[in-house]
Amino acid sequence: MDKFTVLDLLQLDLKEHDALNLKCMAARTGLVREITLPEIDRPGLALSGFFENFAFQRIQVLGRGENAYLKKLENEGKVDTIERILSHEIPCCIFTFNINPTESFFKIAEKSKCPILQTDLPSSEFSARVMRVLSNIFAPNQTIHGVFVEVFGVGVLIKGESGVGKSEIALELIERGHRLVADDAINIRCVSGNYLIGKGASVVISHHMEIRGLGIINITHLFGVGSIRDEKKLELVVQLEEWDSKKVYDRIGSEELTDILGIKVPYVIIPVRPGRNIPIIIETAAMNERLKRMGYDSAKEFSSNVMNWLETKSARAYFLEEKHTFR
Amino acid sequence: MVECYVIIKNRAGIHARPAALLVQTATQFTSKVYIEKDSERINGKSIMGVISLGATYHTKLRIIAEGEDEKQAIAALARLFDNKFQEE
Repeated sequence: MDKFTVLDLLQLDLKEHDALNLKCMAARTGLVREITLPEIDRPGLALSGFFENFAFQRIQVLGRGENAYLKKLENEGKVDTIERILSHEIPCCIFTFNINPTESFFKIAEKSKCPILQTDLPSSEFSARVMRVLSNIFAPNQTIHGVFVEVFGVGVLIKGESGVGKSEIALELIERGHRLVADDAINIRCVSGNYLIGKGASVVISHHMEIRGLGIINITHLFGVGSIRDEKKLELVVQLEEWDSKKVYDRIGSEELTDILGIKVPYVIIPVRPGRNIPIIIETAAMNERLKRMGYDSAKEFSSNVMNWLETKSARAYFLEEKHTFR
Repeated sequence: MVECYVIIKNRAGIHARPAALLVQTATQFTSKVYIEKDSERINGKSIMGVISLGATYHTKLRIIAEGEDEKQAIAALARLFDNKFQEE
């Protein structure tokens, strides 16, 4: 990942309940400072002069309490603790509740090039949002080649060699009312270590597709805004392969999993052959996946029904028709 | 045409997993494969067909193969029955 600077944080395109509403108040030259940790710190103890374990690498969030203390310090003419705090390489100080810091704090910040940001959000709400935003940014991620679509609400990543027809299959799925998340380069990130979110590696190109013979097409314009979405939880990986008559394909429905960033994702291999309607197979795979999540596994249920049936039959044969058993 | 008789030696009978194994083995050959139980005859390359036989422990089946590699096909299938479908 590239360096993530304070400027990047300011320029993030976040909407509604994710918005941080940040603006820069002072020390613009310091906006190039890098944010290295997805955590925040309330510098209460540092303000009171206790610097042991001061987490200066983190973003410092200052609310009403901290600001009141700053005012007290200014009135008493004790600005040396502020100087000491800002002498650390702090990524930035953020004031919540639209608080304007004291004159002395501004001056020292300008001098030490520590950017001062301001937000209208309350401290606790801002902390929650910024933690969420940063944990997304710092989440382990990986770029995978494939097409990512949402089929019946299930995030399906279609993988396969180029030329196997991924884009054409995705196009047919979109035509059938499903949604495109991204084509070609999919950025997968692991959120809080337990699930995966996929989105286009680049916002500019993600809702475009390349169809051989047509060139680049814009899915949003062609199929409408209802046929796209920005990101989606990854729940199923479909691997498309040229049909190989020697290869053994799954015939009953086993539970294969593939590993992406340490998370196990259900995985199916679908052999492609002229005349096989792959989009419908993918639709069915997605629905089957949903059924499994609801606790109904077709393959397992079928298997256990057959077992029960056979058991009943052999019990009967044993008791009633001794001649059919070869003892 | 080659045929042979086999007896199911695994306790569970031919349920889903052995059926899949049997069909996978059968499809490796170009010969046509049929399995007979009493008067029922099914295509040995169809999973649902094989399961629907409902072949239980100690059932006697007749396997028939017809085609270029019929001998190898029969041998491979008979081996599966002997190995109890890798169960037990």
